[in-house]
Amino acid sequence: MTHDRHPSPVDALLGPSEAEATCDECFARLDVYAEREAASGDAASTMPRLAAHLRGCPACAEDLESLVALLVADARARRA
Amino acid sequence: MRPHQRPATTPRRGAADDLVGRLREHGTEDHQAVRELHGLLLRGARFEVGRRAATLGHVRSEELDDLALQAADDAFVAVLEKLDDFRGESRFSTWAYKFALLEAGVRLRRRAWQHREVVVDAERWSRFSSSAEPVGRQLDRRELLDAISDLVASELTPRQRAVLVALAIDGVPIDVLAERLATTRGALYKTLHDARRKLRSALAAAGYDLESTLS
Repeated sequence: MTHDRHPSPVDALLGPSEAEATCDECFARLDVYAEREAASGDAASTMPRLAAHLRGCPACAEDLESLVALLVADARARRA
Repeated sequence: MRPHQRPATTPRRGAADDLVGRLREHGTEDHQAVRELHGLLLRGARFEVGRRAATLGHVRSEELDDLALQAADDAFVAVLEKLDDFRGESRFSTWAYKFALLEAGVRLRRRAWQHREVVVDAERWSRFSSSAEPVGRQLDRRELLDAISDLVASELTPRQRAVLVALAIDGVPIDVLAERLATTRGALYKTLHDARRKLRSALAAAGYDLESTLS
């Protein structure tokens, strides 16, 4: 996962240059994004607007990180 | 479904996906389904609380348990309200988990900031300087920060300036700021987005090549 939750001041001030989803749109598709990220590590290539928003919104990026961590933990528990 | 929306992998189906069927058919009349759903959400909420408990400092375990339970309870209501939004593009458990993680995350962030002052002041910008850009960064980025500093003062409304500073510089979590300003996360992010768009536009008009400077 490449979402930097501690961007530099310039990056934090200017945000992403690409068209991005809103927080509501991001939440609505976060589950799909998280499963793709957990499976391939490259959800950004198929969901670019969400990826752009996640670069610009630390709270949504934190939610994604948590969901992916939970999916990984669940997968480990199933294998155990 | 458009090609770019096609999932990279097909989600494996399990008991949780039968759960959504039972909830849609019987709602809260299916007590077993209700218990399963709440159990799923409580697992998600406890997972998040467990991951981030250290950020709260010294908090009693009873308070953390209570926080997780409240998050699961509120997530339960939200999931039932939004059940028709689940389209099967992911596992139902993943879809439901995000509600629990959101509720837990908001509570944790607000708890971490409950005794911290949040200053929302459009005039604080004047104290920001290019020294904030990390040492070792290219000179271009530090010069860019100076240019941004001028434009923040001249191009943004007072509200945009105050929100930008709080979120992008002071690192106030967006849901903490939303609570303090009696607004929503989405409304604040729109203000932030509009401010950023104005800055990018003004920088481009002034001849800055953002693509090469920020790469």
